Amino acid sequence: MGALLTLDGVGKTFDVDGKPVAAVDSVDLAIAENEFVSIVGSSGCGKSTLLNIVGGLEEATAGEVRIAGKPVTGPGRDRGFVFQGYSLFEWKTVAGNIRFALEKSRLSRAEKAERVEHFIDAVGLRGFENAYPGQLSGGMRQRVAIARALVYRPRILLMDEPFGALDAQTRGMMQELLLRVWGDHKVTVLFVTHDVDEAVFLADRVVVLASRPGRIKREIRVPLARPRPYDIVADPGFVAIKREILSDIREETLKSMQLALGSTERSLY
Amino acid sequence: MPIQDQRKAGAGRYLRLRRDIPDWLFTSAGVIFPALLILVWWAVTELGLVRPLFLPGPGDVLAEGVRQAREGILWADASVSIYRILAGWLTATVLAVPIGILMGNFRLIEGALEPLISTIRYMPVVALIPLSILWAGIGDGQKILILFLGTFFQQVLMVMDNVKTIDMNLIKAGQTLGFSNREILVRIILPAAAPGIWDTLRITIGWTWTYLVVAELVAANEGLGRRIMDAQRYLATETILFGTLFIGFLGFLTDYFFKRTGRVLFAWNRQRG
Ligand SMILES: Nc1ncnc2c1ncn2[C@@H]1O[C@H](COP(=O)(O)OP(=O)(O)OP(=O)(O)O)[C@@H](O)[C@H]1O
Ligand SMILES: [Mg+2]
Repeated sequence: MGALLTLDGVGKTFDVDGKPVAAVDSVDLAIAENEFVSIVGSSGCGKSTLLNIVGGLEEATAGEVRIAGKPVTGPGRDRGFVFQGYSLFEWKTVAGNIRFALEKSRLSRAEKAERVEHFIDAVGLRGFENAYPGQLSGGMRQRVAIARALVYRPRILLMDEPFGALDAQTRGMMQELLLRVWGDHKVTVLFVTHDVDEAVFLADRVVVLASRPGRIKREIRVPLARPRPYDIVADPGFVAIKREILSDIREETLKSMQLALGSTERSLY
Repeated sequence: MPIQDQRKAGAGRYLRLRRDIPDWLFTSAGVIFPALLILVWWAVTELGLVRPLFLPGPGDVLAEGVRQAREGILWADASVSIYRILAGWLTATVLAVPIGILMGNFRLIEGALEPLISTIRYMPVVALIPLSILWAGIGDGQKILILFLGTFFQQVLMVMDNVKTIDMNLIKAGQTLGFSNREILVRIILPAAAPGIWDTLRITIGWTWTYLVVAELVAANEGLGRRIMDAQRYLATETILFGTLFIGFLGFLTDYFFKRTGRVLFAWNRQRG
């Protein structure tokens, strides 16, 4: 035990035109409280599916997800979710988006207001509380999404390529911001990305997912000290880890390309 | 010299692909072009190039409008027609919005209704006039029924689409935040789809307007559409033209109203970009 989040033989098979397609296959994973785990893998390897299962948004077709020993049966407020893309409530202001996430909690009015204020500061959006998402840049929008996912104090934060659409500079700033928020608020993070630098920079442990079906290819600890400066990416320790992951991913990508090539060849006949 | 290229002189600089132009120019273009058309129209008739029976001059058409306004016919016609339009369109809307929302959210309801509605919407409304008389008599009810039929089936499918195209992650966000399905429907799906639905309402009331003449084709004594059909009998071309243009004008006002109101209602949706 000891793990906060455990995945036990988790699998998901979709039914595509009557044919079963395995998106995720026998994933075993144990994540400790306050741990930061990145999941990397090439596009379409089942990262979102896996995260959705942990989030209770999709049902696994095999295995079980447990949080503190209790099986996950649906979405719950012990988990916060930051989605791939900018999924904000466009008709609500920044503060309104964050406040909306607190509606189902039993805090008093004053406590809620205080929480909202706290998280506006935590993600550096002071001065923009009353702006609408449509007025914000991509990085600012994702900061709202992070605040919205953390404001009700979930134990686990699930993030699905949250910075995927941002430019390199903004992305770097957001990674640092995320680490700061994570350090201040002590939450367990499961972070999906296909950017290896990002995965290693953020995480205590990187899980490499193989594709078709998505299963764990390798887990790599990242023993680099924190706080990590932004230029740690040039550190030999960092580079060594990155190199291992890259070769794993390359192998997977080649495999899936060959698969794809093979199937086109076959379809030529 | 890329900078030079950017600053092309003359009209060329207003004709670059997808580039914005100053607001004053955009608005002026919308006024000047129709004005030019009217000028051509005026010249053609003034020079006697066509017989007034086929195309009366703008002056004659305007005079016809003034006459109708003086005699009070115009207001009587317009108020009757506007009432029918609003009644037909509102009835359609009141039904189409909730049904479209349900179809967009529940596959079972979509499955049950979509094939039926898709079929009916291709049926020509004019062909339904005899039935509409049989069912609704020859009073206002029949006109409203025709306008309803011309609007509802298109509207319901468009509303369904408006609901379906919202970001699925918003619904997932609602689930992770602990909202019930009902709450997600009312507090997330509805507001997210609202600007699209409003646009659908704007577009469909335009279609309702285009059905006005069809609605007033049979057993009507007054109405803008009726006036046009009557004029056909006497070959009163200026009445036909005035009536047609006037319906277009009212349609334009309706559209303007919807656009303006939409901008106020969904101010949050505008600042994008
Ligand atoms: N609802 C669904 N029905 C059928 N197949 C699905 C469904 N959702 C996902 N899949 C398939 O499962 C596989 C994994 O999808 P998933 O979205 O989890 O990948 P991903 O790793 O998140 O990809 P990306 O990096 O592009 O976001 C894909 O092959 C996809 O086509
Ligand atoms: Mg994904």
